[in-house]
Amino acid sequence: MSTLAIRKTEPAAGTTPGTAQGPPLRRRIALIPTVTLLLGALYCLLPVAWVVIASTKSGNELFSTFTFLPGTGFAENLSDLNAYRDGVYWQWMGNSALYAILGALLSTVVSSFAGYALATYRFRGRETMFNVLLAGVLMPPVILAIPQYLLLAKADLTDSYWSVLLPQILSPYGVYLSRIYAAAAVPADVVEAGRMDGASEWRIFTRIALPMMVPGLVTVFLFQFVAIWNNFLLPYIMLSDDEKFPITLGLHTLLEQGANTPALYTLVITGAFLAVIPLVALFLVIQRFWSLDLLSGAVKS
Amino acid sequence: MTTARRRPYGVKGAPYGFLLPATILFALFFALPIGYAVWLSFRKVKVSGLGLGSGARREVWAGLENYTAALTDSELLGGALRVLAYGCIVVPVMLGLALLFALMLDSEKVRFAPFTRLAIFLPYAIPGVVAALLWGFLYLPDVSPFYFVLDKLGLPQPDLLDGGPLYLALSNIAVWGGTGFNMIVIYTSLRSIPAEVYEAAKLDGATPLQIALRIKIPMVAPSLVLTFFFSIIATLQVFSEPTTLKPLTNSVPTTWSPLMKVYQDAFGKGDIHAAAAQATIIALATLLLSFGFLRAANRRQKQEAAR
Repeated sequence: MSTLAIRKTEPAAGTTPGTAQGPPLRRRIALIPTVTLLLGALYCLLPVAWVVIASTKSGNELFSTFTFLPGTGFAENLSDLNAYRDGVYWQWMGNSALYAILGALLSTVVSSFAGYALATYRFRGRETMFNVLLAGVLMPPVILAIPQYLLLAKADLTDSYWSVLLPQILSPYGVYLSRIYAAAAVPADVVEAGRMDGASEWRIFTRIALPMMVPGLVTVFLFQFVAIWNNFLLPYIMLSDDEKFPITLGLHTLLEQGANTPALYTLVITGAFLAVIPLVALFLVIQRFWSLDLLSGAVKS
Repeated sequence: MTTARRRPYGVKGAPYGFLLPATILFALFFALPIGYAVWLSFRKVKVSGLGLGSGARREVWAGLENYTAALTDSELLGGALRVLAYGCIVVPVMLGLALLFALMLDSEKVRFAPFTRLAIFLPYAIPGVVAALLWGFLYLPDVSPFYFVLDKLGLPQPDLLDGGPLYLALSNIAVWGGTGFNMIVIYTSLRSIPAEVYEAAKLDGATPLQIALRIKIPMVAPSLVLTFFFSIIATLQVFSEPTTLKPLTNSVPTTWSPLMKVYQDAFGKGDIHAAAAQATIIALATLLLSFGFLRAANRRQKQEAAR
């Protein structure tokens, strides 16, 4: 639909203007860019590779063998982690999944409504509402989270699943992305045609606009899923019962205990390794049919 | 923007209906907490007698007392200066790398581009707490491969979790986590430049470096402004990384960053009024900085356009 992000088409081999660049069909490698990018990839993958290997080491091996040599203790580490406080680790994982999936789903719904309204209608106060919603991005989370905690305490909702879920439903960035996608994907004449046929505004939205917005909304969902999964501060402030902790907070408390007892290091490391898997797997799977570029609000047909 | 000129009357209420959930959530979880924080910042707890019994602790009007206390608080100022130093490392290095990688991805005949793009983006999917934890272990002499190598080479082994190197250690975590996302934003904007723009330059014999410096970078300036803006905000809000590193070292105080100080005052000391005043000051500083920056960026762009 939109042409905001047309792929720069490389001229077909042989038709390159000014063919002074060597034989047409042979693809030379640009050395400096390739090497730079590989170094960047190495830097980014190094800690991940380290945690994968370190999680296979037993307590002794962690301190005695060379870092990038696999150990023999993975099964043992795993059963230690399972045994830790009756498997509270998996409870944390489950909680994170619950917060992230439900929160991102609700966030996507709210963003799609707001984005659609802001993109397709012209009404009094539109820009003001958009700007006010966007200003939410600027609010440092601690500054919101502390009064949120105090207010939720008055409603007796702190230390509950609600206290982590509710404040994360409205995402200013989600509304922003959703508005861009709606503006690009839903043509005005299609909406107008729906009206001519006598369809209600709600019906036009659910039957016509929403299906067109789906690719963009997947992005909103992913963005918010990652944001909630990675969030540490809000649960850190809201929760005290570790049965409700998400994985980030759980690992933090594990590290706090483990720092004094190096025997717990292997537990922390194995826990960190397992915590990385779901999101990495999600991105590896999803990038086959979803483009990273969508995250920055680029719209393609 | 897509809008029709004429519309029936029934349509008028529809946008407000669609915006209702967002508006309610905004009121409850943004506007109300902010208002409450501001209200709290002008109040204080007055303790009479020994502070025992009901009525001994009363909330009273404090005026600007909490604000003067916050502005003269050396811990808060220290935190602000630390975060300033940290930001001066993180933002240029992260955006420099993001721009470099984006330009490299955009260059012709580059190999392994899809793989490296995904690999550099990968840290985005890793929670800040886990990132700090991974790097925290890599900074520990006992388990780190870097120290192993330094040891074998007989080189000095700096303590990365103390003093000056601590800033580098923390900055590295932020750079590692943030470069990929910013790279994607810049790269997307590079790809939206039509190919014809380069053709003339190429015919004139411009080198890829010249094209990058003279054409590509100026054309992606808006996205650089955007990433710069968001990086500054994220930097000011640093909280989880130093909080995670804290157990591994004694040199990260509980008030390392301003937000940690706010948290500490609110929940460590239980002085929500002082915390609210500090929070309000930080929020105002962020807003002023953001709008100042956006205005300056806008003015510059208008000047560029006018030329």
